[in-house]
Amino acid sequence: MTDLLAASPLSQPFFQHALLAGTAIAAACGLVGCFLVLRAQVFTGDALSHVAFTGAMAALAFGYDLRLGLFAATVAMALLFGTLGRKARPDDVVIGSVFSWILGLGAFFTTLYTTSRSTSNGTAGVSVLFGSIFGISAGRATVAALVALGVCLLVLLIARPLLFATLDEAVAAARGVPVRLLGYGFLALAGVSAAEAAQAVGSLLLLGLLAAPAGAAIRLTDRPYRALALSAALAVLEMWAGLFASYAVPTMPPSFAIMAAATAVYAATFLIRRPTTRTPTPARAGA
Amino acid sequence: MNPIAKVREAVAHSGHTVPAPRTEDHDTAAEAGSGPVVALHDAAVRVGGRTLWSGVDLRIGPGEFTAVLGPNGVGKSTMIKVLLGALPAAGGEVRVLGARPGQANGRIGYLPQRRSFDASMRVRGTDVVRLGLDGDRWGVPLPLPTARRRAVRERVAEVVELVGASGYAHRPIGQCSGGEQQRLLIAQALVRRPELLLLDEPLDSLDLPNQSAVAALIGRICHQEGVAVVMVAHDVNPILHHLDRVVYLAEGGAATGTPQEVITSRTLTRLYGTPVEVLRASDGRLVVVGQPEAPAVHTDRHGIPGGVRAAG
Repeated sequence: MTDLLAASPLSQPFFQHALLAGTAIAAACGLVGCFLVLRAQVFTGDALSHVAFTGAMAALAFGYDLRLGLFAATVAMALLFGTLGRKARPDDVVIGSVFSWILGLGAFFTTLYTTSRSTSNGTAGVSVLFGSIFGISAGRATVAALVALGVCLLVLLIARPLLFATLDEAVAAARGVPVRLLGYGFLALAGVSAAEAAQAVGSLLLLGLLAAPAGAAIRLTDRPYRALALSAALAVLEMWAGLFASYAVPTMPPSFAIMAAATAVYAATFLIRRPTTRTPTPARAGA
Repeated sequence: MNPIAKVREAVAHSGHTVPAPRTEDHDTAAEAGSGPVVALHDAAVRVGGRTLWSGVDLRIGPGEFTAVLGPNGVGKSTMIKVLLGALPAAGGEVRVLGARPGQANGRIGYLPQRRSFDASMRVRGTDVVRLGLDGDRWGVPLPLPTARRRAVRERVAEVVELVGASGYAHRPIGQCSGGEQQRLLIAQALVRRPELLLLDEPLDSLDLPNQSAVAALIGRICHQEGVAVVMVAHDVNPILHHLDRVVYLAEGGAATGTPQEVITSRTLTRLYGTPVEVLRASDGRLVVVGQPEAPAVHTDRHGIPGGVRAAG
C-alpha cells in the first residue's frame, strides 16, 4: 500500500504543486472563457497570449519578477481592448503587423535578458512560451491558486448582471446595471486569467485553456449558468487528465497533454448530435 | 397559441370598424384617479447642439397606447431615451410615473431597437426572459428548490404564455425567427409587471403577418393588462386601430392627439411647412403624399386584405 502511494504522482511535491495551481487556474479560465465565448471576445484572448510573453520577458530583462510583467501586460492589454470597443476589431493587416511586432519585442527582451542578466535561467523564454507547471514552486503555486480562486469568486459574483449586459446591453443599462464598468471589470479578470494560464500552459497555449472548455460547454448546453459550471468542470478535468498523462509519459510535456485533452473534448462535442427541437411535452417524447 | 392563430386573431379583430377613439380629451387619464403615467409639458431635446424637437405636450394615462411617429432622424428614439432618463430634456418638464425620468426605471419595461440575436447564441428564450426579472441581481442563481426559485419559474412561464411563446421559449434564442425573438423580448420587458412599456420600432424587420400579430399582442397587453405603451413606429398602419394617441414629431414642431386629429393633411402641412396630403385608401390605410423626406407613414404594399381600418 505504502509502495503504491509512494509510486503515485500524488506523493511527489512537484506534482502536488502543479495539481494545486493547475486546478485553480483551470477553474478560473473555464469561468472567464465561458463569458469570452458568449461575448464574442475570444479574439481578446488571442491578443493577451501575445502580450503575455512580451510582458514576462520585459519584466525579466529589467530584473523584476516575471509574474509582475505578465499581470501588468495582460491586464493593460485587456483594458486597452475594452476602450477600443467590441466593434473596433482590428483588420488582418493590424493583426499581422502589430501582433508580430509585440512578439518581436518579446524576442528582443529575451535577448536582452540572456545577454545582460545572469544566465542562471537561460530557458526562461521557452518556459514562458510553453509553460512549466511541473517546475512551479510551493510558494508560487499557492499564490497562483489564491489569485485564481479570487478570479472565480469575482466571476460568480458578477455572472448574472454580466450575462444580462452580454445579451441585452441597452435593457440592462436601463435597468441600472453598470454595463461599462462590468465590461471593463470582466476584461481585467480575463487579463488576470491569461496571466495565470500562462504560468500553467505557457503564453502560446493559454488561448486554448480559455476557449476550448468554454466552447465545448456552450455546445453541450443552452442553459447559461449550467454552461458556466460545465466549462469550469471540463477545464479542471482536462487539466487533471493532462497532468496525469504527462506524468505517466515523461516525454509528453504537460502543456501539450493539457491542450490535447482540451482539444479532444471540444472535438468530441461535434460528434454529439443534439436534437434540433426538444419538446417539453412527454407525450411527444414518448411517441 | 401558434403564430398563425395569432394572425387570424389579428385579422378577425380588425375586421370590424375601428372602435371610436377612447378619449377626445387629452386629460381624461389624469382625471381617472391615478396620475398620468407620462407627462410632458413644453418638452424639448437637444443632441449635439441641435434641437431635435420642442414644444411637446403629452399626457399618457394607464393602459393607453401611444405611437411616436415622424420621419427618420427626427428624434423618435430620443423620446424613449428621454423617458428612460438616459438623456436630459433641454427644456420643459418631463415626469414619468410621477417621478423624474430614470427614477422609476424598475417599473418600466423597455424594448430597444432590435438587433436580432446571432444564430450561434445558445441561450434559451426562457433564460433571456428571466434576466428581465432578476438580471440586475449580483451572484448566480443557486440550483436549490426554494420558494423563490419556484416563483421565478412560474412568473416566467406565465409571461411566456401571455405572449404566446410557450412553443419555442425552451429553444436557443438564436434559433428562433425574428417574430419569435420579438415576442420573447416583449415577455422579457413584461416580466416585472411594468406600468409603462417603451418600445422602439418593435415591428421593424418583421414580415407582415408577424407585424400584424405582434401589434395585436401589444394592443391586447395594453388594453387588457392596463400597461401604458409608448411605441416608436415607422409605419402607423399596422397599429392604427389599436392606438389611443399619436405624437407626430417633425422638424417644424410636434403634434399630439388622437390619430384622427393628427394624421391629417392640415396638421402635417403645418408641421412640415410644405403642402402634405394624407390619403385614406378604401381599406383605411393611410398614404402620406408630398413630404419632403422619405414618407414616414406609408402604405403596406402587401397589406393583409381588410387588415387595417381607421375611422373616418
